[in-house]
Amino acid sequence: MIVAEIKPFAEIKDMLQDYNKVLILGCGSCVTVCMSGGEKQVELSASSLRMARKIEGKEITVGERTILRQCDPEFIDRINEEAARYDAILSMACGAGVQAVAERLGSIPVLPAMNTTFIGVSNGQGMWVEVCAGCGDCILDKTGGICPVARCAKSLINGPCGGSQGGRCEVSKDFACVWQQIYTRMGKLKLLHFLKGVTRPKTKPVHPRRMVEKI
Amino acid sequence: MVFRDALDSGKFLITAEVGPIKGTEIAGLLEDAELIKEKVDAINVTDLQSSVMRLGSMAVCHILKDRGIDPIFQLTCRDRNRLALQSDLLSAWVLGIRNVLALTGDHTTLGDHPEAMPVFDLDSVSLLRVIGRLNEGFDMAGNQLKGSPDFFPGAVVNPGADNEAALEMQIIKMERKIEAGARFFQTQGIFDLDLFERFIKRIEGLKIPVLGGVILLKSAGMARFMNKNVAGVFVPEPLIKEMEETKDKVKTSVKIAAELIKGMKHLCQGVHIMAIGWEKRVPMVLEEAGL
Repeated sequence: MIVAEIKPFAEIKDMLQDYNKVLILGCGSCVTVCMSGGEKQVELSASSLRMARKIEGKEITVGERTILRQCDPEFIDRINEEAARYDAILSMACGAGVQAVAERLGSIPVLPAMNTTFIGVSNGQGMWVEVCAGCGDCILDKTGGICPVARCAKSLINGPCGGSQGGRCEVSKDFACVWQQIYTRMGKLKLLHFLKGVTRPKTKPVHPRRMVEKI
Repeated sequence: MVFRDALDSGKFLITAEVGPIKGTEIAGLLEDAELIKEKVDAINVTDLQSSVMRLGSMAVCHILKDRGIDPIFQLTCRDRNRLALQSDLLSAWVLGIRNVLALTGDHTTLGDHPEAMPVFDLDSVSLLRVIGRLNEGFDMAGNQLKGSPDFFPGAVVNPGADNEAALEMQIIKMERKIEAGARFFQTQGIFDLDLFERFIKRIEGLKIPVLGGVILLKSAGMARFMNKNVAGVFVPEPLIKEMEETKDKVKTSVKIAAELIKGMKHLCQGVHIMAIGWEKRVPMVLEEAGL
């Protein structure tokens, strides 16, 4: 899933200072799963905003709505009429959601409540970790289903650097050396022979990328 | 005799290392290089070591070359994409540089510009392949060069990787580096000869020259710092104690380094001495080691 974090409230408050009718729009997909931009967070942000404005003595109307996917026009179109009643939308989606809503609604400013960080998974302990770099050239078949492009600080595809200590990455002790994890996994899979041979450098993606529907 | 020929000759090799400073004042570095030049087969010049912005390796290699020293141009993948790496290699060649040591490089976050973008467009293995391609007269994209280099490429390995998976991966990567064209290896600093001997036995079949790394210990504090912070370096407690109790740190440091070198003589093809500011003491170390 796409992982995003909510911006500091002060930044959101500043962003909205010139607007008095704001619709806070949650997204029911990835950011709901990583507990940063779903219905519950919309409710919390809305009350924080109302309270902050009350303290400042500046009135505000805050609407709350969550749609299943902000990156999908089909769902955005369902809130057209409601959105028209506000002078700004605060989108609690990833960058794709913010942009899709902004594109579809056209005449209403759409502002980001989140910082989109990575493609990741939950580690089961209230933490989400990056696991895919979206590089466009998957080599997980060669690395036991563990991606060194996303999970090695240097994106090394031919084995580790010499910097790990006690199995931890030279950049941060919070992370295991992914090449040691790959080695261990390949051992379990009895595929260590896959680690022989040189992996060719990757072609770097050119932005923006696109995918054409294949029928 | 240039480094490449010295390696082919089968003699016990000695390389040393200089680290360019932050700034343009190179008198001290050149003085150090002059002092050791007659004693060594080549001098490595580090490439923004520890990810700290400094004077570049290529310029210093060129100056050393002009002074009759065969430099080993350390080239990391941290700061240059594949265009810049290839272009810098061609530039190095026309400046008289013949040996290249291909390295991944420390991460930018460890240095003095932690906000910098780390490049790592290629890794050390891919870089070695690229050096081979340039030597054959082609760039990475397959375009023909008008005039090509004939570099002598080398690589590094960390025999002190601190667990079995890490060490096994170091050896697997070493094999990939050889497949990609590495002709010699220099290692991280060794302080435990038994450990080094076990490593050498494991890679015997690879039939590749290895220069064992020797770091000059300046103090017990430095040894403890390295044990904690430098991957692959482990100074055993008796050596730390020796440094702690000595009245003459230089003498003890020289003695420790010389003993390590003597121990490596029958294990590998040479030594790579990292004096880290104590370059002036390298001749003493070599004399004590009987070289």
